[in-house]
Amino acid sequence: MTSARDWRGLLFVAPFLLLYSVILIFPLLRGVWLSFNQVDLFGDGHFVGLGNYARLLNDPIFGTSLINTFEVTLMIVPALTIIALGLAMALNRGSRNAAIFRGIFFSSAVLSVTIVTLIWRFVLAPDAGLLGELWKAFGWQPLPFLSDENLVLPALAITTIWWSVGFPMLLFLAGLQQIPGDMYEAAALDNASRWTTFSRITLPSLRRTVVLVVMLQTAAQLQLFGQSQLLTAGGPSGASRTAVLFLFETAFGRWELGYASAAAELLFLIILAVTITQYWATGRATAAQGGR
Amino acid sequence: MASLELKGVRKSFGSTLILEDVSLTLDAREFVAFLGPSGSGKSTLLRIIAGLETADAGEVWLESFRIDPLPPGERGVAMVFQHYALYPHMSVRENMAFGLRNARVPKDEIERRIADAARVLEIEPLLDRKPGEMSGGQRQRVAIGRALVKEPKLFLLDEPLSNLDAALRLRTRVELAQLKQRVDAAVIMVTHDQAEAMTLADRIVVINDRTIQQVGPPMEIYNRPANVFVAQFVGSPAMTLVPAQLAENGDYATLKIGDGTVVETRVPRDRLPPSAHFRLGLRPEAVRVVGSGEATSKAKVELVERLGERTLVYARLGDGQPITAEDQRDSRLKIGDEIALRIDGAAAHVFDADGAGYHRTGA
Repeated sequence: MTSARDWRGLLFVAPFLLLYSVILIFPLLRGVWLSFNQVDLFGDGHFVGLGNYARLLNDPIFGTSLINTFEVTLMIVPALTIIALGLAMALNRGSRNAAIFRGIFFSSAVLSVTIVTLIWRFVLAPDAGLLGELWKAFGWQPLPFLSDENLVLPALAITTIWWSVGFPMLLFLAGLQQIPGDMYEAAALDNASRWTTFSRITLPSLRRTVVLVVMLQTAAQLQLFGQSQLLTAGGPSGASRTAVLFLFETAFGRWELGYASAAAELLFLIILAVTITQYWATGRATAAQGGR
Repeated sequence: MASLELKGVRKSFGSTLILEDVSLTLDAREFVAFLGPSGSGKSTLLRIIAGLETADAGEVWLESFRIDPLPPGERGVAMVFQHYALYPHMSVRENMAFGLRNARVPKDEIERRIADAARVLEIEPLLDRKPGEMSGGQRQRVAIGRALVKEPKLFLLDEPLSNLDAALRLRTRVELAQLKQRVDAAVIMVTHDQAEAMTLADRIVVINDRTIQQVGPPMEIYNRPANVFVAQFVGSPAMTLVPAQLAENGDYATLKIGDGTVVETRVPRDRLPPSAHFRLGLRPEAVRVVGSGEATSKAKVELVERLGERTLVYARLGDGQPITAEDQRDSRLKIGDEIALRIDGAAAHVFDADGAGYHRTGA
């Protein structure tokens, strides 16, 4: 009877499992398999073992794209976390104005990346852009954000922060609203300054949210693609080419599907390693604090 | 020297008036209970004293310093919150040290105070635990400890026992009474539980309807309620109020109630306002179930509550007036029984049309 029940149960989840296998498991495994082959647009290709991986490690363009990716992630994640927390704290009140501003700051998150890059091209363009005009008003030479190798990654970072700040802000708002009000009243009676209240009450109460935001954003920004493709197409001279843009160009520009798959698998392993390291580090920090 | 002084405190939220012209003086080391129903403004008054709310008008003085312009942390008061409000990510020790560190108390002094408080409250084994790892009763002690180490001039307790189960509540009540003997400060406790107020407080401040109804020692509040509200709010079950007519002349008021019973009170007649219509206030112990020989009235039983040490009888007099009486603990009465009652006029209270109370002299 038990086995009959088991089968019946399986029947209920079968449609989902089937779909899941076809559109997720299979492509995943297929991708891994592709990365061990040399494949182009036509034909099945042939097995090259770890050949693609060996080639990647010696490919300076891939190396640069990885470094660009890490740089832009390091620019984005800390700044984004701090700005989102600051906005959440400023807007964590019941007033009507706060509700309106919460809506405004979240609204950028619903825009598509095409719109976002379009907007920021208008802002960043040196000849007629908003920032260029501002610089000129001060009598300075406008900065060529999108064509200077040293400015293009910060420009990407600013664009991304503007686009992505809404969701972390909401997470922080939710976290802030979990903190009971009488805790702040107790702190007031304990003569705590604003800074002490923030650092000893608010921040420790938001620890889990901070960890969540940092981990989600790190994983997301290591896959940064649309902004760099649409804003600069990776230029100038590869200074803003990210890892995902590299594998997009390899796969759908040069049609080296096996090579691109190997790059994708490598990026996947890197993101996994970074996330696990973060998780492990926060676990140790908690243990050092005495645990909970 | 007076401890706390409230002078004409007034507070409204929007257009809703919460407190109106509240004035009160506490003696040194006095334990005072703010007693009142939900929404009476008693918690708001406590929060005004703590500095968590600002009064619209009036002044708050503590040991001859005006404290209402000061922020909460500089007033010399400590508060125990209803839900304890312990900092969840700090150990018990850190919870207690937090306020002292902010006040820049020297380190060894902090250690000494925490050790003392932990010994008194018997929470020494808990000092390195976090609030999440403790029971409600333990958290309550830590919350009290956090207030204790500050060595404040005034303790504020907001419904301190309301989150504990019945057994723990009784025990904590005894402990609070003992604690009161040790601290050299006045204590204000907000509560809606009259038993807490009666057992712990030196004086009770009955608050209702935006203002203080009566201030006095527990037995005075019970024996000489200033008005109908106090009479009905304090005492369980509530005092029975029976419409009555002033009958004959004499030194003491004699009142006749609806079923014809004449009650000779010990309330001096010349204190009463010139009117014929009053209400007679009878606590259950003033109305006894008796044999028909000594009876003053007859009634029909509607409900019998056996409490163990006594039995309460809810009955109706001949004219349908409800009345609560007391019978012996082994009462055999049942619903529907006809009973004889003896109303003890010497223990009766009289209330006038405005609700003001009049009581026998001396008691």
